[in-house]
Amino acid sequence: MINNKLSDSQLISDYIKGNEFCLEILIKRHKQKLYNFIYSKIQDRDLTEDVFQDTFIKVIRTLKLGNYNEEGKFVSWVMRIAHNLVIDHFRKNKRLQKFQSSENFDIFSVLRDNTLGAEDTLIKNQIDNDVRDLIELLPNDQKEVLIYRFYNDLSFKEISYKTGVSINTSLGRMRYALINLRSIISKKNISLTK
Amino acid sequence: MQKNYSEKKFFNSSLQPKSETINFLINYSKSLSIIELNSKKLEINLN
Repeated sequence: MINNKLSDSQLISDYIKGNEFCLEILIKRHKQKLYNFIYSKIQDRDLTEDVFQDTFIKVIRTLKLGNYNEEGKFVSWVMRIAHNLVIDHFRKNKRLQKFQSSENFDIFSVLRDNTLGAEDTLIKNQIDNDVRDLIELLPNDQKEVLIYRFYNDLSFKEISYKTGVSINTSLGRMRYALINLRSIISKKNISLTK
Repeated sequence: MQKNYSEKKFFNSSLQPKSETINFLINYSKSLSIIELNSKKLEINLN
């Protein structure tokens, strides 16, 4: 049974020789001080847990690789590792902008999900149907140009080729189609918005 | 005027790492072996 009163230095030496239990004593001896130190900088329990774990992973690797120089106190060295990891964390966070919701600011008030909800989909379908009904009221030549342009996504060059008229005539018919649509909407007092 | 001093607690005893984290570190250490090959050190993690 290993004495819990052994010095850090003795425990490190025994751990390097292969006594795994010494690490457990070292971790348990310094866990609270280290955890509080990290938490005081980061103020986040989950991140503190991560940095705490990364700190000891570094400690374990350094000790096992035989790269540990016993120049100062073990705990000071561990704190320095944690401090550097905390700095790394803040550097990384600086690169990645992070927003946190608070009482006065909710990130979802400026971020929107652009997909339509059930109600918006119903309204959109209703408006689409109303517009189609209105288009049916237009003269055939204007209706033709408008459908080719907006529903078939053809260019005016393609429309003029299909309808056998010049590009300018197609543009003119489109202009009249829109003017007539607006006029019908105004006369019938139709609202095409939510 | 008399000054009142209070002992400022440096540690918050409720702030402790989770036992899973401690267990992970202990198991990580047990699974990590270093072997030297041609003056190079290789890390082997046996889970």
